[in-house]
Amino acid sequence: MFIIPFVWLIRSSLMNLSQIFTMPPEWIPAPFQWSNFQRALTALPFDTFFKNTLIIVVTVLAGTVITSTIGAFGFSRIQWKGRDTVFAILMTSMMLPAAVTMIPSFLGWQALGFYDTLYPLIIPAYFGGGIFNIFLLRQFYLTIPRDFDEAAFVDGASYWQIYTRIIFPLSRSAVIVVALFSFLASWNDFMGPLIYLKSDSLFTLALGLQMFQGSYTAQWDLLMAASATVVLPCVIVFLAGQRYFLEGITLTGLKG
Amino acid sequence: MRKGMFYGLLFTAPAILGFAVFTLGPMIASLVLSLTDYNVFKEQTSFIGLDHYIRLFSGGDELFYQSLGATFYFVVLRVPAVIILSFAIALLLNLNVKGRAIFRTIIYLPSIVPAVASAMIWMWLLNPDLGLINSLLSRLHLPTSGWLYSEESVIPSVVLTTLWGIGSTVIIFLAGLSGIPRQYYEAIEVDGGGWLHRLRHVTIPMVTPTIFFNTIMTIIGSFQVFNEAYILTQGGPNNKSLFYVFYLWRTGFRDADMGYASALAWILFVIILFFTFIVFRTSKSWVYYEGGERS
Repeated sequence: MFIIPFVWLIRSSLMNLSQIFTMPPEWIPAPFQWSNFQRALTALPFDTFFKNTLIIVVTVLAGTVITSTIGAFGFSRIQWKGRDTVFAILMTSMMLPAAVTMIPSFLGWQALGFYDTLYPLIIPAYFGGGIFNIFLLRQFYLTIPRDFDEAAFVDGASYWQIYTRIIFPLSRSAVIVVALFSFLASWNDFMGPLIYLKSDSLFTLALGLQMFQGSYTAQWDLLMAASATVVLPCVIVFLAGQRYFLEGITLTGLKG
Repeated sequence: MRKGMFYGLLFTAPAILGFAVFTLGPMIASLVLSLTDYNVFKEQTSFIGLDHYIRLFSGGDELFYQSLGATFYFVVLRVPAVIILSFAIALLLNLNVKGRAIFRTIIYLPSIVPAVASAMIWMWLLNPDLGLINSLLSRLHLPTSGWLYSEESVIPSVVLTTLWGIGSTVIIFLAGLSGIPRQYYEAIEVDGGGWLHRLRHVTIPMVTPTIFFNTIMTIIGSFQVFNEAYILTQGGPNNKSLFYVFYLWRTGFRDADMGYASALAWILFVIILFFTFIVFRTSKSWVYYEGGERS
């Protein structure tokens, strides 16, 4: 049941219109309409959408991984007064509906002259990378034995060295989980680009796809080919990382 | 762990700064904004106190009640459906069967499909005339439905489409299930208890913290439904699926009525906070923490 819509999408992307709607449904395209992809991808500037999406995804990924890992380090491996209170306060941002902060954030970015640029979609990732990620990493860091950094301290290591040489390498699978979450979230983000972008030349794939829906309602074959193209990279990235993904979540789960 | 106020703050500075700038600041600004008549198209902005709130609560805005009603209906249908279904799937996936990694991937797969793409797949599956679901139903001589295009069935249909994306909830349940110590099951087996017995006396009590977490997250997420309204229905037919955040987005970004939209946002915040609080309060009577404390 979970895979049918998926198969449906792929097979329809390779059929012509009449075959798509044949009843009873056929599952094997005959012949394979590879040209659907070519036609779909040239109907709108998908290469531009792809480039924009890639810029956002890569820069967001870097920012998220860097700042969420150091943040989680500061909230778990260093002891300081008020640490857990500060962490609890930060956790409330997970409870807060995005709708509440949406309008002032928009006005703020606009006042800075960043409306209709990619910056509002990228910069926040460099400020903590989302409390959910910090929470996930912190749970993982807390399971690493304390002796490791104590021994390093005795040898004269600094916090920075402990983070880069011990904690970060030991938590590789959790970091991969965070990287995957970050990739999927920004690849699929719809509302962010919808609010902050106006020019077609800055549109992302998720936004472009929606544009496609409006102007090509009747051309299901092309629509399906375009959708398949957007979905495929996600599936590939997920399959590559799923081993760490599932393992990582099970390990860090809700315990601790 | 060594003490280090300076280093502690240094490492967490990006996160703390990010919270101050991207959460706390906008939150306060939004509250202030909700007390003004700020509109992008108007020259002047003036402070109008509680006028927006008075208008909303005195019945001056029909769409407000319409969107509240649609959203509550959605939440009431969706939350139990998500929790029960994902728990059941997690139970099945937790059985020691071959190829369970593949099944887990398949369940998770829909969660990674971009919302726009999955919405399109569903729009098509649910198309009353050309869609697969109605064609199958009519071939089986079962009644068909207008799905997203009829006033009565639009919200249940949207709920149905969102159930496809429960993968992450299932994964969190699986994490909870795998944390149950084996000895508990062995104790029940010694006493001769069956499958149902194990489920009632071990699995469910032990997994209540996870049920609690998932319920809170699902409630918060369901109140904020947006993509589906935007892509699948545009609030229609006849505003029957005018979900709250969609109405808020439309007021703020299409009609440029930012002050009014901010008031809408704060009402939603209070509503979500209220329900989260209620679930937290009742949780004391049904959530079981093994250590005897809140985790």
